[in-house]
Amino acid sequence: MTEVTELSWPEADAPHTKEVLLNLGPQHPSTHGVLRLVLELDGEYVARVDPHIGYLHRGTEKLAESFTYTQIFPLTDRLDYLCPPSNNLAFALAVEKLLGIEAPIRAQYIRVLMAELARISGHLLITGALPLDLGAMTALLYAMREREMIMDLLEMISGARMHTSFCRVGGVREDLPDGFFPKIREFCDIFPNRIRDYERLVDNNRVFLKRTQGIGVISAADGIDLGLSGPNLRASGVDWDIRRDEPYEIYDRLAFNVVTRDEGDCYARWRCRVEEMRESVRIIEQCLDQMPDGPFQIDMPTIAFPVDKDRVHCSMEALIQHFDLSAYGFKVPKGEVYSAIEAPKGELGFYIISDGSPKPFRMKVRAPSFVNLQALFGVTNAHYLADMIAVLGSLDPVMAEVDK
Amino acid sequence: MSVETSLIRTLIAERFGEAIEELGFSHGVHAFAVPPDMIVELCRFLKEHPALRFDFLSDICGVDHHPEAPRYEAVYHLCSLTNKWRVRIKCRLGDPPRVPSVTGVWRTANWHEREAWDMYGIRFEGHPDLRRIYMWEGFEGFPQRKDFPLRGYKDKLNPFGAEGPPPTQPDLATKDIP
Repeated sequence: MTEVTELSWPEADAPHTKEVLLNLGPQHPSTHGVLRLVLELDGEYVARVDPHIGYLHRGTEKLAESFTYTQIFPLTDRLDYLCPPSNNLAFALAVEKLLGIEAPIRAQYIRVLMAELARISGHLLITGALPLDLGAMTALLYAMREREMIMDLLEMISGARMHTSFCRVGGVREDLPDGFFPKIREFCDIFPNRIRDYERLVDNNRVFLKRTQGIGVISAADGIDLGLSGPNLRASGVDWDIRRDEPYEIYDRLAFNVVTRDEGDCYARWRCRVEEMRESVRIIEQCLDQMPDGPFQIDMPTIAFPVDKDRVHCSMEALIQHFDLSAYGFKVPKGEVYSAIEAPKGELGFYIISDGSPKPFRMKVRAPSFVNLQALFGVTNAHYLADMIAVLGSLDPVMAEVDK
Repeated sequence: MSVETSLIRTLIAERFGEAIEELGFSHGVHAFAVPPDMIVELCRFLKEHPALRFDFLSDICGVDHHPEAPRYEAVYHLCSLTNKWRVRIKCRLGDPPRVPSVTGVWRTANWHEREAWDMYGIRFEGHPDLRRIYMWEGFEGFPQRKDFPLRGYKDKLNPFGAEGPPPTQPDLATKDIP
């Protein structure tokens, strides 16, 4: 809360109430990134909130128009940087639909496994960050400890802790490394107990409950009208999960519950995420049990680099294809596709228009945080300023995704 | 051609006749083309019809087909949470691009339309608060148009930009069109 400017309201007929304009952010710890909120305050109440975004705008969509499809993967990493594997998956699926191909089953399992790890990692942050916004710091430190385990697992798979860029069109970059299975099984054994720890730490905290229950209530109809998606929408009682309702990859082979709650308040949104982490662990365990052997990449030398490099060294045609693919990328047939997945923050959609060249003609990212943040308009009216922080935290926007 | 496509098509044809062109079904999405003046009516119909119930607006997206004419396009993605169907509505727009706003149908359209205005200069008529959303106030031009250079225009803050003055478009400046 950096500066306070007084507004003069000549037409105000109540002399002792004075509205003030408050500038919150862009550098403020509780705004989760570079978000600036211009608030009109009536006493302690928020009369109007106007989020100003764009401080992190990198022009992902414009850049993508000058990149080949493979080059776009690192750009998608940087959308929701808490869960890059989900973003990679969403983009790869969109391109694969345009090409009319499907990744091998093993690759699909690896992708889902990584996406669920990412979901846990994203939800862990908010599990700790919402109590932090409300003054309880401990939970975040513990959440970060477990998040570190996920970072280690992602590093084992891809070599990178955060920006994995592990998906490729038609598969994944490499097979899972040796020694990965015992490590992730260990994580799956430990983690459910840790979730119970957070619950004991936060869920019985009376201050936290008072600050979140009944605060920022969004009804189901309002949630749909405001375009909310993901846990934010499910916390309002709308039973909608793209993983179950429009299954992609191998989600139709997995058993998991879609967590919904009816209250629609900050607590419900927090609670939904905690429960979803449990479901994600279940999904990961099933992926490990069911994961078949086989190729991790599609066998199409025009789209994916051959796994067996000897082919490139011994055959002229394979060498030409390899060169072509590295230098120019692969061509995608003319057409358009909208493909959405259930990312940790909600519906992450990629709308791609292809003109038949190796670069997309237009790529639109339907970023869930962008839409979720907008709901702040409708929700925080007639709330205390301090409660608005709780609402903002519970909507869980990631500014990198908001600003694209 | 699935059952749902023919249902959606029949219902739309009953209500709107020949005005709405069907673009077929691909990758799980039914696509329709609509003239700009009918967009609000069509959206309201799709949202409120008891058999369709496209109540969730996923996305509004601007497209620049430079140098084709008509140059611009607004693309709407709707989803029916009840029926699990998706629909794409495409709306070709001339230059300068104008289309009625659907903020009266869904509140979520607000920021999507602001983004399309900011990036493509598509003017959504009837929008309550059509300001730039990503670029700063006073920024000139619409950066995602195909004729806008990737690195922007050269000025004292941007030595690597393209030569030449940024296009000033007085009729499309943030001030209201008379």
